[in-house]
Amino acid sequence: MSDTDVAATPPLGGMDHHVSVDPAAVPPRAAADGGPDMVQLLTPEGERVAHPEYDEIVDALSHDDLRGLYRDLVLIRRVDQEATALQRQGELGLWASLLGQEAAQIGAGRAMRTQDHAFPGYREHGIAWARGVDPMRLIAMYRGVDKGAWDPADHGFHPYTIVIGNQSLLGTGYAMGIQRDGAVGTGDPDRDAAVIACMGDGATAQGDNNESFVFAGVYNSPVVFFCQNNQWAISEPNARQTRAPIYKRADGFGFPGIRVDGNDILGVYAVTTAMLDRARSGEGPSLIEAFTYRMAAHTTSDDPTKYRVSAEVEVWKLRDPIARYKRWLMSEGIADADFFESVERESDELGEKVRSSTVSMPDPDVNDIFDQVYVEPHRQVEDDKATFTAYLDSFETTTEGA
Amino acid sequence: MATQKTTIAKALNAGLRKAMEDNPKVILQGEDIGQLGGVFRITEHLQKDFGDDRVIDTPLAESGIMGTGIGLALRGYRPVVEIQFDGFVYPAFDQIVSQLSKLHSRSRGAIKVPVVVRIPMGGGIGAVEHHSESNEAYFAHTLGLKVVFCSNPEDAYWMIQQAIECDDPVIFYEPKRRYHEKGEVDFDAPAAPRDLFSAHVVREGTDLTLACWGPMVKVCLDAAAVAAEEGRSLEVIDLRSVSPIDIDAITRSVEKTGRLVVAQEAPSFVSVGSEIAAMVTERCFYSLEAPVIRVAGWNTPYPASKLEEHYLPDLDRVLDGVDRAFAH
Repeated sequence: MSDTDVAATPPLGGMDHHVSVDPAAVPPRAAADGGPDMVQLLTPEGERVAHPEYDEIVDALSHDDLRGLYRDLVLIRRVDQEATALQRQGELGLWASLLGQEAAQIGAGRAMRTQDHAFPGYREHGIAWARGVDPMRLIAMYRGVDKGAWDPADHGFHPYTIVIGNQSLLGTGYAMGIQRDGAVGTGDPDRDAAVIACMGDGATAQGDNNESFVFAGVYNSPVVFFCQNNQWAISEPNARQTRAPIYKRADGFGFPGIRVDGNDILGVYAVTTAMLDRARSGEGPSLIEAFTYRMAAHTTSDDPTKYRVSAEVEVWKLRDPIARYKRWLMSEGIADADFFESVERESDELGEKVRSSTVSMPDPDVNDIFDQVYVEPHRQVEDDKATFTAYLDSFETTTEGA
Repeated sequence: MATQKTTIAKALNAGLRKAMEDNPKVILQGEDIGQLGGVFRITEHLQKDFGDDRVIDTPLAESGIMGTGIGLALRGYRPVVEIQFDGFVYPAFDQIVSQLSKLHSRSRGAIKVPVVVRIPMGGGIGAVEHHSESNEAYFAHTLGLKVVFCSNPEDAYWMIQQAIECDDPVIFYEPKRRYHEKGEVDFDAPAAPRDLFSAHVVREGTDLTLACWGPMVKVCLDAAAVAAEEGRSLEVIDLRSVSPIDIDAITRSVEKTGRLVVAQEAPSFVSVGSEIAAMVTERCFYSLEAPVIRVAGWNTPYPASKLEEHYLPDLDRVLDGVDRAFAH
C-alpha cells in the first residue's frame, strides 16, 4: 500500500487505489463537520485520504466491486425518489426517505457476509437493497398492503422496526444466539456470523439502546451497533438527544466506538468490515457512528422548513455521497462514461418498474386481519373471524335477494 | 418418579428441567436465576446442571431481558424469561407489546417467537409495593400473546412444559403465595395430550358456577366446600388460560347452573372478569337467573400490605358474591 501511488491507469482488482491526499496535510475538522476523530477515506471533493487501518480493506475491493457500489447508490436513490413521488401521488400512505444516507447504508450492507444479520429501523432501504430484499416489499409496507412481510431467513434482514430502539435488543439477543450456536470465533469465514443493529441519533436516547450496549458488552456478543447520525430526530437536533458525541458513548460500555464520515462509502464500508470481522472473530461489540445528514424530511408527512434552515441543507449538498464517489471513480479511471450511462439506463428501468408495480399492487385479502396473528389458533380471534365472515356474507345474501 | 407430593415451586423447577432435557434450544434468562436459583428458587440448581450458556444471569434490565429473549427466539431458541415480580414487568412492556406479540403477524407468519415469560404474580405475601400485582388484563388485551396461570403443582409441571413447546409467545403467571402449597404430581404423565388453553372443572356442582384462575382457585374451592355445608352446590372452573378464554367450558357450566360468579385478584374495572361477564351475557343470556357477579380486588392500586387482607377477595367475599347471585 502506498499513499503516493500516481499510476495513470490503476490495475484491475484488489490492488492499490490512488491516494491523493496526505492526511497530515488536512487541517483538523470542525466539530460540526464530524470533528478530528472522524474516519474519512474520501473527501467531499472525491479525493482519497490515506488511513493506516482501513486502506487495506478498500484496496481488497476489485474494480467490479467498486463499480457495484456506485450502482447500488444510484439505484437505491432512484427507488427512494420514486417512492417519495408515489406518496405525493397518493399511491403510498407514507415514505421515509433515505436521501443523503445512501453511502452509510450501502457501505454497511455490503460489508456484511451472507450469514450476517441486520436489524433495521424503518429507513434502511439501502441495507435492505444490499441484502437482496425486493424494494417492492418495502414499498408494500408504506403503501399499507402489509407490515413489511419479507422473510428474514431469506435475507438476513429482519423486519422494519418502527418503535425507536427496539431492534437493537433483538439484534443483541440474536447475537447471543450466534454465540450459543458456536458460530463466532471459529476462524471459518463461512460460519462465523455477526449482527448489525441499526439505530439513529434519536434512538441513542432510548433505554433499549443503552440496555443493548450493556448486554452486548457484558456477554461480549458479536454485534455491531450501527448508528446513522443524520443530525435530526424529526425536528430535534443532536443537541436535544445527546450531550457527548455518540461514538464516545461506547467507552462507558467497554467497547470501541468509531465515527466515520457517513457520506463516504469507502470509509463506511471499511470501518464496518473491520468491526464485523472483529465481532465474528469473538472480540465483541462495537459502535459505529456514521456521521451523515437527512437531506429530505423525516417522512413525507414532515415539513423540515419549520425547524431547520436551508443553508444547513446547502452545506450538506456539497458533501453528497454519490457525487464524490463518482468523481473518484472517474479520476481513478475505475469507471468510464459508458458505465455511468448504463447505470442511468438501469435506473430509469428500475424507476419505471417501481411505478408500475406500485400502482398495480393488489390490495390484501381481508382475512389477513385474522390470519397469522397466532401460530396455533386462538379461540377469540377465530370467533371474530367467523363473525366478520358472516357479516360480509349477509351483504351478499341481501344483494342476491334484491 | 411416578406420583409424588410436591410444591408448585418444585413442580415448576422439575418442569423446566424436563423441558431443558428434552430440547437443547430451551434457554432460561432472568435476574438472579443462576447461582441463586431465582428469588423464589424456581430455577434452583439448573445453572449448575445446564451451564451458564443455558441459564443466563442477566443485567438488571427487564426490557433488555425481554428484547434479547426475543432475539434468541429469532435465532431458533426457546427462551423462558423470568420477570422477578409482577410489578417489574413494565420496563419490558414495550418489547412484549410492540415486538413479542406482533412479530408473527408483522411477518405474515414467517417469524415465530416461542418465548415464555414467567411472572410470579399476585398478593398475600406481605410484600412492599410492586410485588403483589395481578396485571393479566394488560397482556390478555394484547392479541398475539397467550396468557395462562397455573394454580396447583400438577398443572404447574405440565403447563410450563407445554408453554415452552407452544410456538406462540406465552405469559406464564405463577401464584407466588401458593408456591409452597403441596399437591400430587404425576411426573411420568406426558404433558402433550393436555390442552394448555382449556379450562378445567375442578369441582362439579349444579347451582352456581365459580370461574377463577391462579391463586383464586384455592379460595373458590374452599368457598364451594363451605357453601356445600349450606346446601349450595357450586361448580368451580379453573380457567388456566385467560387468553384465549375457553368460553365453551364456562357457558356449558352456566347453562347448567344459571348463575356465574367470577373471582379474581385483579381490580374488576376493565378486567378479565369483566370480559367473561360480557361474553357469558352475549352467549347465554336466557340461561342466566342472575347478573354475572365479579368478586375482585378493589378498583384502587394495590394497598400497603397491612391492608391487603381487606383488598384481596377471600372466602367470605366470594361467598358474599354467591349470596348476591342467589338474591335474584
